[in-house]
Amino acid sequence: MADVTYEEPYGDVLGDDSSADDIYAGTYDTTEGRVYTVTGADWDSVLAPPEGEKERVVVNMGPQHPSTHGVLRLILELEGETVTEARCGIGYLHTGIEKNLEYRTWTQAVAYVTRMDYLAPIANEAGYVYAVEKLLGIVDDVPERAQLVRIITLELNRIQSHLVCLATGGFEMGALTAMTNGFRDRELVLDLLEMITGLRMNHAFIRPGGVAQDIPEGGVAKIREVMRKLPTQLDGVPQLLVDNGVWKDRTSGIGYLDLAGCMALGITGPVLRAAGLPYDVRKAQPYFGYEKFDFEVPTADTCDVYGRFLVRLEEMNQSIRIVEQALDMLEPGPVMVADKKIAWPAQLSIGGDGMGNSLEHIRHIMGESMEALIHHFKIVTEGFHVPAGQVYSAIEAPRGELGVHIVSDGGTRPYRVHFRDPSFNNLQATAAMCEGGQVADVIGAVASIDPVMGGVDR
Amino acid sequence: MTENPQTAIDVVPANAPTLPVVDVRKGMFGGGQSGDTSGYGGVVRRVEFPAPAQRPFGGEFDEIADELDAALADDGLSLDAAVEAVVIQAGEITFHVRPEHLLAFVTRLRDEPALRFEICTGVSGVHYPHMAGREFHAVWHFLSITHNRRIRVEVSAPAQHPHVPSIVGVYPADDWHEREAFDMFGIVFDGHPGLTRILMPDDWVGFPQRKDYPLGGIPVEYKGATIPPPDQRRSYS
Repeated sequence: MADVTYEEPYGDVLGDDSSADDIYAGTYDTTEGRVYTVTGADWDSVLAPPEGEKERVVVNMGPQHPSTHGVLRLILELEGETVTEARCGIGYLHTGIEKNLEYRTWTQAVAYVTRMDYLAPIANEAGYVYAVEKLLGIVDDVPERAQLVRIITLELNRIQSHLVCLATGGFEMGALTAMTNGFRDRELVLDLLEMITGLRMNHAFIRPGGVAQDIPEGGVAKIREVMRKLPTQLDGVPQLLVDNGVWKDRTSGIGYLDLAGCMALGITGPVLRAAGLPYDVRKAQPYFGYEKFDFEVPTADTCDVYGRFLVRLEEMNQSIRIVEQALDMLEPGPVMVADKKIAWPAQLSIGGDGMGNSLEHIRHIMGESMEALIHHFKIVTEGFHVPAGQVYSAIEAPRGELGVHIVSDGGTRPYRVHFRDPSFNNLQATAAMCEGGQVADVIGAVASIDPVMGGVDR
Repeated sequence: MTENPQTAIDVVPANAPTLPVVDVRKGMFGGGQSGDTSGYGGVVRRVEFPAPAQRPFGGEFDEIADELDAALADDGLSLDAAVEAVVIQAGEITFHVRPEHLLAFVTRLRDEPALRFEICTGVSGVHYPHMAGREFHAVWHFLSITHNRRIRVEVSAPAQHPHVPSIVGVYPADDWHEREAFDMFGIVFDGHPGLTRILMPDDWVGFPQRKDYPLGGIPVEYKGATIPPPDQRRSYS
């Protein structure tokens, strides 16, 4: 670089004259030691660690790296290709949802929490609504049909979430067909969710007391048809990967976290089940009537990325089983609690100008009953009061136990809502899974945790 | 332990302090400044939380309490000594633990075979600005997979000295959760190995989820009318 003539416009700001050697990749001293900026072609100058110092190569992976699942920042300290230290930097997607909830009614909050873990919007809503219903003491009053519709949407949500996990996880490790197949099959499920809730994501569908609307006409048949088709479709990825030598080599034994590690780090969900413990909140502490369903909790005993892959594959099949059973149990009936002081007054329906309150309801409040109009106005703007106190609800989200801690001061707004998001907790295992392994395996390990930063950062 | 087991059964003594009223709110719709002719200005609402429960708690809660009492005896403590109050609501039990005994308490929760709360599902901070002397609460939830139970442990700290013990040494899973509670509420978890901000930027000033921290937002004009930001709209107390 000797032929480059360049003068540092601000003088020797870095306290080092080496910037004269290389204008783009100089070295300078900091309180932490000497820092080298590596841009390539200058390896000779950085190969040998300085006298008396251990060489440290710190690589920031993310927050804009395509294989870190959104805005996760991994700070990796490397020794050659080996990761000696792995740390997570999170918070890039923090949107203050918990704080915002304190300024909205109990029902409006649903539209906020659905945006937390954006791959499991229904699960967020379900966890929140379950907590509110517990505090209201109306858990047993929610109509059977509403509970079944909740379970159907929850399980469809689980399938689509696992498909994203497998698709992006496969993609990141080079199995491109897993990605194309996964996203193709996910469309089928998203179409169903769109048909039921009106939206592909951010549904705001599960409301305190029930659900926003019933399954539309012909919907049950449509769901059945897709459920019949899905197992064959989903079989493509397992056929391609389960016994695939390259895939097995790539995923076996990496991201290792055994049962003791899972317990210490509070890991739940597929990662825990891949360590051999069949713990599933749907079985252990059933909610919404899960105890009536016949399904298995798949486990693996390999504690690695491959095991988690197998667990997720099988969980999708179990979800299909649950949806089919729920469809068999569906009986006509209301989908909102009978208590008019809690229930949202109207069902939604599709009108000429899109989704809105059903025409029947509009006719009732605008043309027939003044009291109904007043009631509608009161419950929509003011909302309902929830008894003072606190409650914790836990549900099995696709990524593990989703806990919702709610404090009410007896008012019409939450006093405090805290989400214990499974991604947030499970991401703590990154260091345990990655340190000592290869850089390339970090991607696989993180993909197997399946963190969704919307849920991590909230 | 010097107490005889019979008396130890009374977890909450008759003279136990009831939980204070969190807040007293007057009026409605945030009014009260102008001449209120609605009559709502006279509305007074006391925000009261459920009173402490007395023995028997019912169901497995008595079992948990007995086992805790027996386990704490090995530390020279008793449930009475470690716990200020026990509250049962919505089928869930809350132990309001004295901060100085928190570590002994959670260590027993984890290690005692009869308790075996293997997993701590994190801590949630709550700010009660009107609870003088105990404004900040740290609320932990524990899950026992072995016995399929959950309990809640709550510790309070005054606003002037918002310090509570960290339980990361006992439950490593609590690491990020405590950092989040510190980040959002400024609750300092003494003994945490690296209590730094986790969600907010490192140089952020203030603790966003405290009740006195404004939500922020700007008025929005729509078709000539102005809608104030959410924290300035009228509320139904």
